[in-house]
Amino acid sequence: MPPVLELRNITKRFPGVLANDRINLTLNQGEIHALLGENGAGKTTLMNILYGLYQPDEGEIFINGQQVQVHSPTDAINAGVGMVHQHFMLIPVFTVTENVMLGDESVKVAGVLDRQAAAERIREISSAYGLAVNPDDYVRDLPVGGQQRVEIIKLLYREADILILDEPTAVLTPQEADDLFKIMHSLTERGKSIIFITHKLREVLDIADRITVIRRGKMVGSTTPKQANQSKLAAMMVGREVDLSVHKKAAKPGEAVLAVQNLQVADDRGQVAVDGVSFTVQAGEVLGVAGVQGNGQTELVESITGLRPAQGGSVRLLGEEITHADPRRITELGSAHIPEDRQRDGLVLNFPVADNLVLNTYYQEPFSKGAVLQQEAILETARQRVTNFDIRTPSAETRAGSLSGGNQQKVIVARELSRPVKLVVASQPTRGLDVGSIEYIHGRLIESRDQGVAVLLVSSELDEIMQLSDRIAVMYRGKIVDVLPAKGASKEKIGLLMAGVLDKAKGGKTRKDA
Amino acid sequence: MAKKETKTKAPADKKKNAFGIFLEELTRGSLLIPVLAIVSGLLLGGLIVAVTTESVYTAWSRSPLEAIGTGIDAALRSYRALFNGSIGNPERIVDALASGEAAAIRRAFNPFLESLTKSVPYIFAGLAVALGFRAGLFNIGAEGQLFIGAITSVYVGFAFTGLPAIIHVPLALGAGALGGALWGFIPGLLKAKTGGHEVINTIMMNYIAFRLSEYLLRGPLQRPDTTNPISPFIEASAQLPRFFDSPIRFHLGFFIALAAAYGVYWLLFKTRLGFELRTVGANPNAARYAGMNIVLVTVLAMSLSGALAGLAGANEVLGVNYTLAPAFSSGYGFDSIALALIGKSHPVGVVLAALLFGTLRNGALQMQIAANVPVDIISVMQALILAFIAAPAIIRTIYRLRTPEHQDDELHVRGWGG
Repeated sequence: MPPVLELRNITKRFPGVLANDRINLTLNQGEIHALLGENGAGKTTLMNILYGLYQPDEGEIFINGQQVQVHSPTDAINAGVGMVHQHFMLIPVFTVTENVMLGDESVKVAGVLDRQAAAERIREISSAYGLAVNPDDYVRDLPVGGQQRVEIIKLLYREADILILDEPTAVLTPQEADDLFKIMHSLTERGKSIIFITHKLREVLDIADRITVIRRGKMVGSTTPKQANQSKLAAMMVGREVDLSVHKKAAKPGEAVLAVQNLQVADDRGQVAVDGVSFTVQAGEVLGVAGVQGNGQTELVESITGLRPAQGGSVRLLGEEITHADPRRITELGSAHIPEDRQRDGLVLNFPVADNLVLNTYYQEPFSKGAVLQQEAILETARQRVTNFDIRTPSAETRAGSLSGGNQQKVIVARELSRPVKLVVASQPTRGLDVGSIEYIHGRLIESRDQGVAVLLVSSELDEIMQLSDRIAVMYRGKIVDVLPAKGASKEKIGLLMAGVLDKAKGGKTRKDA
Repeated sequence: MAKKETKTKAPADKKKNAFGIFLEELTRGSLLIPVLAIVSGLLLGGLIVAVTTESVYTAWSRSPLEAIGTGIDAALRSYRALFNGSIGNPERIVDALASGEAAAIRRAFNPFLESLTKSVPYIFAGLAVALGFRAGLFNIGAEGQLFIGAITSVYVGFAFTGLPAIIHVPLALGAGALGGALWGFIPGLLKAKTGGHEVINTIMMNYIAFRLSEYLLRGPLQRPDTTNPISPFIEASAQLPRFFDSPIRFHLGFFIALAAAYGVYWLLFKTRLGFELRTVGANPNAARYAGMNIVLVTVLAMSLSGALAGLAGANEVLGVNYTLAPAFSSGYGFDSIALALIGKSHPVGVVLAALLFGTLRNGALQMQIAANVPVDIISVMQALILAFIAAPAIIRTIYRLRTPEHQDDELHVRGWGG
């Protein structure tokens, strides 16, 4: 039997870039084939070619042994290829049924939508693959994982046999990711074939049947989870040996830099998101806040950094009351903030890298004198920081939006850590980044810690928390359920705390932290 | 792909001037669109001239070929008239230069100078809208701000007597700016404090301004000796100086407008406030993160935008009309929205687009007289140009241009949710 999908010698050039260079890929029926590579390696380009969004300059596509021309997503869907994009293509105010029907509406007489029939099919599909999706739910009410399952249903509804999942776990909590993996297995058991695009090594080893690694548009090689391990894959991806473990000296905690007392914060809808949280972060230590996303971490960080008003309690930075201070004052007191959503809060994508590097210090000497910006000084500083922080950009005047995610994050890290800071609040600092950038940013955070900076790290990546933290606070439903030393803490225990089990502080009381 | 060339940097690009930045923005693929839009607008305008010319239809009854010839002839005739009316009749210019007579030369160049004069309110109002765009604000209220600016400046112009021009002119201009600023400040404050959308509020402020000016011109500000809604003439000391004898109206306002364009450029790209303004416009979340005062920036941006629009009104009153009548603005404030879009919200682009609009408006009159083509054809042409710029996909399709990678910087305005 021929493979369900075969890509032969796919080449795609963009002005100045060879995005795909003679890439070959085969996908057998019932297989999960992981496409692994750093950001910008050409994975998404390759899949966009398969999905008809780009035309290849050279190369052929075979589906079930037949050569096909894919000129548009419609061609791809007709050929049985479906794609779940990293950013979902759903309409929040529509129901699941309406979203699934979009573009493939089944109608009764006179163009009336046949919602019943569609909902019925969605139910069938959902139960057949264990997707647990209710067709009558509104998409806006679904968690991210649920929305992703709606995207998968959309493909199955259109009878796709080859599913492309583009970085599906980037937006998911660890639990949701595990659910997704179960679904992926149930899909392949029923004869579907999956291409799984990712740069997360552990996931690949857990779930893939075969692994193809791409680096700089070229195929580096193919392997299987049995033959590979994390460091081998990382080396293939990056092209050099990568040190995945974080080396750090024992912490030398000093005075309390950040002291949070009984803090209460509401979310956008006015619901309690942070419910009486207390903790301290000391100079020279990393306090990691673990937790499944959506348990109040975002609101906690926003409140500490002055972006969200506190409803009660207090926040002190080096003894200064900052509970109701504005972001500028908090910044000036020596707090650095690496925000959770770098493109939303951390950068102005349309501005050059240089301007982004002074986004919160532009008004100070030497970047401004009086009311006038000192462009020379801004550019000069930017060039230094681009070098010092290894930001890969054509120049300091390049638009920040045209950099890769990892380099965008380095711009933020460079801006925040170049100031003399006492506290670093890093929220999801490596989300969606490639291995090389993660390694780099972890190193910088530990370096800050060793220089006596207090680091508050919030991450939904448990591995990251375990590697970097000296102490780990676990957040669940707006409360800190426990704070434990990282040394000796087991992943299982923290995982259970994150899930709300083993709640030591019974009755919901917050454990006081020394 | 990420390339590593961080250390070496040519010193040539160290300092960029206004024009350099503008050129750079334009060559990123966006220059082509406005230029092609203008060309297409002119071509289509010619077609409309042809199909609205009666002789074309009489020719059609004889032969289609003749009709096409007549149509092309009609279009060419009107464009020749447009050119003569807005730039000058080349033959007359040559003759005048040959005669060496100063008055004749001035008269020959008058159409060109009049075009510059006509572009002055467009420059000011276009800058007003462009400044708003940069701060993420859609100032539809330039027309109303322009009316208020005209009212306050005309009042200072006629009510204050005995002042020397060196004081009276700046005072009257300042009053115009202040009036416009107030009219921008109110919707700015509403936006910043209550989230009331500036599009709605500036439109409402327009109505208030129009009705207010009608009331004032029939009441407190009416010229004593007439029943027409018209203000008294301003004092000679408040008039913006003209450079040539009548009928050439070219006045100092043109150079003030150019200075204002430079001022806006300087403010936007060289100052702290400009940086804040552009940041708030490009990404308000990041502005908040960076500790900028969004309320203050929004209010300031709307006030400055209003002040510029007010200056547009003041210049018409102090430089051209010397009095205020309800019909003194031919929709400068509304045209300026189009203008700011054509000029990509950049001061240099705005000046160029304003010169184009002023030239078209001025030539339209001559076109009507010489070629019997209605002035309104120019409005249609402007509308076409704007439509092409607002929907660049049309231009890209017609001229088979590639879609640019980054389209997000084509318009600096946030949607209703912002």
